[in-house]
Amino acid sequence: MTRILAVDDSTSMRQMVAFTLKAAGFDVVEAEDGRVALDLAAKEKFSLVLADVNMPNMDGITLVRNLRTMPDYKFTPLLMLTTESTPEKKMEGKSAGATGWLIKPFNPDQLITTIKRVLA
Amino acid sequence: MEIDFSRFHQTFFEESFEGLDVMESALLKLDIGNADSEIINTIFRAAHSMKGGAATFGFLDVAGFTHLLETLLDQMRSGQRAVTQHDVDLLLRSVDVVRGLLTAARDSTAADTQSVEQLRAELEQTLLSAPSDKPAAVSAAPVVAAKASNHWHIRFAPHRNLFRGGNDPLRIIRELGTLGEMQVTLDDQALPSFEVADAEDCYLAWNIELHAECSRASVLEVFAWVEDESDLTIELVQEKAAAAVVEAKPEVTKPQLAVIQGGRENAAPADAHKASSGESGSIRVGTEKIDSLINLVGELVITQAMLAQQAAALDPVLHEKLMTGLSQLDRNTRSMQEAVMSIRMLPMDFVFSRFPRLIRDLAGKLGKQARLVMVGESTELDKSVIEKIADPLNHLVRNSLDHGIEMPDVRLAAGKDSSGTITLKAAHRGGSIMIEVSDDGRGLDRAKLIAKAKERGITVSDNAPDGEIWQLIFAPGFSTAEKVTDISGRGVGMDVVKKNIQALGGQVDITSVDGRGMTIMIRLPLTLAILDGMSVSVGEEIFIVPLNAVAESLQPRAEDVKSIAGQGRVVRVRGEILPLVPLREVFHLGSGITEPQKGILVLIESEGRKVALMVDELVGQQQVVIKSLESNYRRISGISGATILGDGRVALILDVGELVRANACDQAA
Repeated sequence: MTRILAVDDSTSMRQMVAFTLKAAGFDVVEAEDGRVALDLAAKEKFSLVLADVNMPNMDGITLVRNLRTMPDYKFTPLLMLTTESTPEKKMEGKSAGATGWLIKPFNPDQLITTIKRVLA
Repeated sequence: MEIDFSRFHQTFFEESFEGLDVMESALLKLDIGNADSEIINTIFRAAHSMKGGAATFGFLDVAGFTHLLETLLDQMRSGQRAVTQHDVDLLLRSVDVVRGLLTAARDSTAADTQSVEQLRAELEQTLLSAPSDKPAAVSAAPVVAAKASNHWHIRFAPHRNLFRGGNDPLRIIRELGTLGEMQVTLDDQALPSFEVADAEDCYLAWNIELHAECSRASVLEVFAWVEDESDLTIELVQEKAAAAVVEAKPEVTKPQLAVIQGGRENAAPADAHKASSGESGSIRVGTEKIDSLINLVGELVITQAMLAQQAAALDPVLHEKLMTGLSQLDRNTRSMQEAVMSIRMLPMDFVFSRFPRLIRDLAGKLGKQARLVMVGESTELDKSVIEKIADPLNHLVRNSLDHGIEMPDVRLAAGKDSSGTITLKAAHRGGSIMIEVSDDGRGLDRAKLIAKAKERGITVSDNAPDGEIWQLIFAPGFSTAEKVTDISGRGVGMDVVKKNIQALGGQVDITSVDGRGMTIMIRLPLTLAILDGMSVSVGEEIFIVPLNAVAESLQPRAEDVKSIAGQGRVVRVRGEILPLVPLREVFHLGSGITEPQKGILVLIESEGRKVALMVDELVGQQQVVIKSLESNYRRISGISGATILGDGRVALILDVGELVRANACDQAA
């Protein structure tokens, strides 16, 4: 089963994302910040990581930068989940190694469509 | 996909209210003129999360409003805007408005639109006064596809490092195919010989002819993730062009684009790295689950006590192993009980944290200066007690500021610091918690209180001890403030405060020094679920008397007991005459001792009055798990609850307050 790591400090957002992805047949592991996510990613290889940008302890951009240095995550899709839609923020994510981004708010269909395409 | 989002609403509301608390306390910590960027970041992050969640879960008014807050905060954290008192005040008021909006959304009630609109206007006005982005509406406005059928020529030449961002050119081309019909030509001219090619690099390029009813924006949208990692040209052509090498399969339906550009938002380069919030692993659990766990542990304690009682009859030598096991069970049950009870414990900070804001706002309104000192915020107390003590404390603090602390000029004239101090203190004392609210204000005025009492027709002796006089402020309808303010109201309340505290099994004491301030001390049991009780027997029955109400117990001499015509009996205890209340008669029991000198008198005290309860025997002292009688049977006068004893029998817990009230009214006799 395709396992996705969902990272967000907001419990409701994380639960929503996890629930939506699970309903679409994915296996989801949740993490509440970048630090926790990085530890989880070191233990197993996820097929995709979906990370919020603004988080305490370790933000999403730092997480992506760290993940890209790991051999297991060299080509793995890493998506930023963000409301920051200005070019600078997206570029910061991109230059850290993010594959792309999803802009909040999004509905479940958008989330699933995007994830399925990326994993196709 | 149909997903009911309402299942996440509860969590969203909980975390949003927490976020508001975080914002509020951080705002109060902000130093005007020298704002800590970390604190601004914390506030920003809270507003930001709230906006994202609100927009996702469809609370658009909350999302719209928090968007304004976020914009303002973003200007602050990026240094475009100085942190002024005005802005902090505005943000604090906004916190209140958002709280109102969230409450309205949660309870499906109407929000106070007037104050929302007013503050929204103020925020927008404030935002105009600094370089700012347009406050855009937050909505998932889908990209509207243009209607005309266009022919696009697209050249897509990814940079060699494309794969390293996790992107796949084929995915993008497939996605493009969903827009309309297309012909794709592969350009592999840049592909080197296999000996030198790096398998991790991308050497290919594509030429695409797309016939679709879409705008340039929709086409760009598809390449949004890779436009900076590729050379991309998109041209509108009218004529049909070159031959197809790869025929992409256009999908029948035209799904909404996956990547949606939301409302334009403010950029913020700064990041929220090292948040200081003391993150520790925690999980959110419904209180009913914890309550049921506590209940089960209570049952376990009872079962354990039953086993211990049965085992006491056995020969300890013959059953040595069983005895060891039982004593281990005893220890483990106790530790488990303690551990479970501690889950329900919350730090006093839970209540105290609201006061800095309260004092700040009130002092401003009253033209007074005051600071708040909090001691022992980490002292833990049962959640249910904490929730119920919040309102009384609120009232006491307001009172201290309104009636206790003087105006700055009066204070200076009295040789005090112009700024008053209100101290909130919490500490554990044995099985109780002591909470103190003290101020260094004018203190209570004895003469004024006595005069007021007489005016109200309350009998009070001029020579009564201070303690008794101070208690007058808890009398219903008693207020000594010259003018009624909207802060602490009209004297209603203090009596309610006392009633609430007593309902929790607590006590209130006051000390006051004229001109130096007053202190209100509240003593509360740590938990409402367990009670330290004294078990007493009457005939076959066992009753539990709450230990904190027991003053003493004694066996009276026959000559100390007197009968008074029509009023039953009284007993003299060291010169004090107390009503004698045989428990046997209160509950109409068929058995039990009738002569006081053969039984035991337990002196119980409530609201400063005492009665002597007559029982057969004192059985022992133990912690009992309180079971509600009302939820299992019905309310009985004089009984506050029940518990199960070690032998499986039910024992009733006496309602001391009620017993004293019913029997001590003629105490003067």
